[in-house]
Amino acid sequence: MTFLQLLWFILICVVITVYFVLDGFDLGVGVMYPFLGKTEEDKAVLRRSIGPVWDANEVWLLTAGGALFAAFPPAYATTFSGFYLAIMLVLFGLIVRAVAVEFRGKAPQYAKLLDALFVVGSFLPALLFGVAVGNVLVGIPMNANGDYTGTFFQLLGLFPLVCGLLGLAQFILQGCSWAAVKTTGALHERAEKMRKNAQIAVLVLFVVASILFLGFENVPMSSDTSALRILFAAVVVLGVLLGFVFDGRKERGDLSTFISSSVICLGLTGLTFASLFPNIVNGKPFSSSLTIVGSAASENALFAMTVITLIGLTLTIIYQVIIYRTFAGKITPKEAQEY
Amino acid sequence: MDAVLLSRLQFALTVSYHFLFVPLSVGLGLIVALTQTHAYKTGNAKDEATAHFWVKVFTTTFVVGVATGITMEFSFGTNWADYSRFVGDIFGAPLAAEALLAFFLESSFLGVLLFGRKKVSKKFYTVSAWLVWAGSMLSALWILIANSWMQTPAGFEVEQTATGAKAVLTNFAQAALNPSTIPHYLHTVDALLILGAFVTIAVGAYHLLHGDKQFGRSTLRTGTVVAIVTIILMVPFAHIQAVEVGSENPEKLAAMEAQYEDGPVGMSIVGSVDEQNQQLNALEVPIPGITSWLATGDSSTSFQGLNSFGEDDTPPVTMTYQSYHLMVLAFGGIVLWLIFALVQLSRLKKGREPQRGILKALMWAPLLPYVAIFSGWVVAEVGRQPWIVYHQLRTADAISQSVGVPELLITIVLFIVIYALIAVIFLKILIPMLKKGPVVEEATAGDVKAVTGKAAKAHTDAKTTGVKASVARKATSSGEEE
Repeated sequence: MTFLQLLWFILICVVITVYFVLDGFDLGVGVMYPFLGKTEEDKAVLRRSIGPVWDANEVWLLTAGGALFAAFPPAYATTFSGFYLAIMLVLFGLIVRAVAVEFRGKAPQYAKLLDALFVVGSFLPALLFGVAVGNVLVGIPMNANGDYTGTFFQLLGLFPLVCGLLGLAQFILQGCSWAAVKTTGALHERAEKMRKNAQIAVLVLFVVASILFLGFENVPMSSDTSALRILFAAVVVLGVLLGFVFDGRKERGDLSTFISSSVICLGLTGLTFASLFPNIVNGKPFSSSLTIVGSAASENALFAMTVITLIGLTLTIIYQVIIYRTFAGKITPKEAQEY
Repeated sequence: MDAVLLSRLQFALTVSYHFLFVPLSVGLGLIVALTQTHAYKTGNAKDEATAHFWVKVFTTTFVVGVATGITMEFSFGTNWADYSRFVGDIFGAPLAAEALLAFFLESSFLGVLLFGRKKVSKKFYTVSAWLVWAGSMLSALWILIANSWMQTPAGFEVEQTATGAKAVLTNFAQAALNPSTIPHYLHTVDALLILGAFVTIAVGAYHLLHGDKQFGRSTLRTGTVVAIVTIILMVPFAHIQAVEVGSENPEKLAAMEAQYEDGPVGMSIVGSVDEQNQQLNALEVPIPGITSWLATGDSSTSFQGLNSFGEDDTPPVTMTYQSYHLMVLAFGGIVLWLIFALVQLSRLKKGREPQRGILKALMWAPLLPYVAIFSGWVVAEVGRQPWIVYHQLRTADAISQSVGVPELLITIVLFIVIYALIAVIFLKILIPMLKKGPVVEEATAGDVKAVTGKAAKAHTDAKTTGVKASVARKATSSGEEE
């Protein structure tokens, strides 16, 4: 394995983690929108809490997709075509929620429809990303060309479904934590309460998923990364525990709770990638897996990507710092009405 | 129905829909930046209202472009897995670069345009408008780099692997700046800017007819000025593109003029192709070899005709031919409509009433660049067939083998339903917005007496607070960014 191949395996993990953290909260707000937003005013505040940033957050997904395509083309081709209908559902979700959240303020006559699209459109990706990851972990049946040989329903095994629920719970936790950071009053109290429930759900589902994976799935894992796996699992648990601690501090702990929730995202993606290594997509039978070495792009391509990424990430961090600072702080109902 | 055809149909459908909105983002992005800069300079409430109007129109179209753009990035993996395996080494990088170097810029500062009007300084707001436009121009660059490589692949070699051939990058600069990148970029982006200008002209014409005449006039002027520059630029840009096609994709050039035998190439104005008898029935430009002359500077230059290529190696002739000539005709219409706009502007300048009939025609102006953009695009993509990567990979060998006909049919239907729904809501928002025009805020809408009475005081107040604000800003600037 060359340095650049390993670097890109890690970079993909990093980009997915950042996506999980950032789009995680706006998808989570979308899923919890009907439960958090009891009044028209609440709903406007919730939409406004993600309004200026959701689009840039979603660009992290496009970056991850593009980076996977560029750095590990066969992995991109196999997973995207193999999970065809699931990916399409994710896609339809992302499309309708984007349109819904932007059009909602401009087309009051469609308020109900757009609200529904926003929620369903957020729910589908929040659930299905986890299902996809679960399948990549247990291995997907494929032929020599790397084409998926199973059916859509074969993707819905027990472990992948638990992963889907774990992902969903984590998206909800991100969403509620973010909502707590951005809101006040009754809305804030609801966010706080749901945040706590989500934390418990994440912990329980994480334990269930771990038992299923280690006890029943029998997926071989590299001994090189066993220390890392323990570390990332500890990071997940640490994130949950810190969340419980900061949760007790009420409003003063909001940002810290959001950060500890984000730490869980890091733990989950880190654990996934450490479990896959040295593969990038596990196959069934295991010998058909796509390895990092076997599916990496050429050194020339990886080098070009590294240069592009160094420039791009530096600029992106600058933009994102500017934007998050510009729109920092709690949102008042009055502000939420202004466009 | 076979999977190749359905995959192509799905791609054509989703990318065409996406491309109804993208040209508006690029074209109107410039209009937003220009009107916002004007408002920043004058500080006039009316100019600010105009700029805000364009921001609203722009952001409404932009979001649909964003939402439907995700489809495109995913589609290479979902529907074109074997293509992705073949080109990943080269094609993935520009897609990632588009996200990293363009989308982040665009989307971050779009947030400022949408929600920052009362939060950030006017300067920051104006700079944001330019940055969003710069982002969209950069995104066009990266995606056209990727597309150009499919037309004129360079900087790679083909390697045989256990699962088939794949292209391997040897030189990034050569691949990115392949022979068609620059011609493609100039030609395409200029077309998008013409569309933006024509939308502006149409809005101006509508308001001269039905609404706020002053706004109508200034908008017509803005659109016309941008249109003059971009339409003049289109002449050299189109020429550069034609020269490139002539030298790099001779099959495409032959199909564009339905030239079956080798020889100098003329130019049709309108016509029809009898593919069976290899006959072209057309009204021609009465200068023999004019296309040869345009492409090489010599009217006697011989180009290969379609018969010089293998039967399985040439594009669909009628479609390529008709699309090309439709594009040229649409450009003729664009020039004519520009003249209409100029005539109306000069009438307005002389204090005469504009002609209502012509204004009504100008309201339909955006259709012409749309026709030109879409037909030109068909020339580029259909003219490349049967190759997905010219002379390297056939379209039929590029699809996802794991995706079957039922899945393709289901998703095509769902795309149609969802995209139609979005179109309906979009139009129900956009059309009233365009008709309503700019809304001048607060003070002027209120009691006139109160406003004039307080005007003098407000003026001095504004001055002093302005000074205070700038002092305060200086005081904090040492510790903060700025």
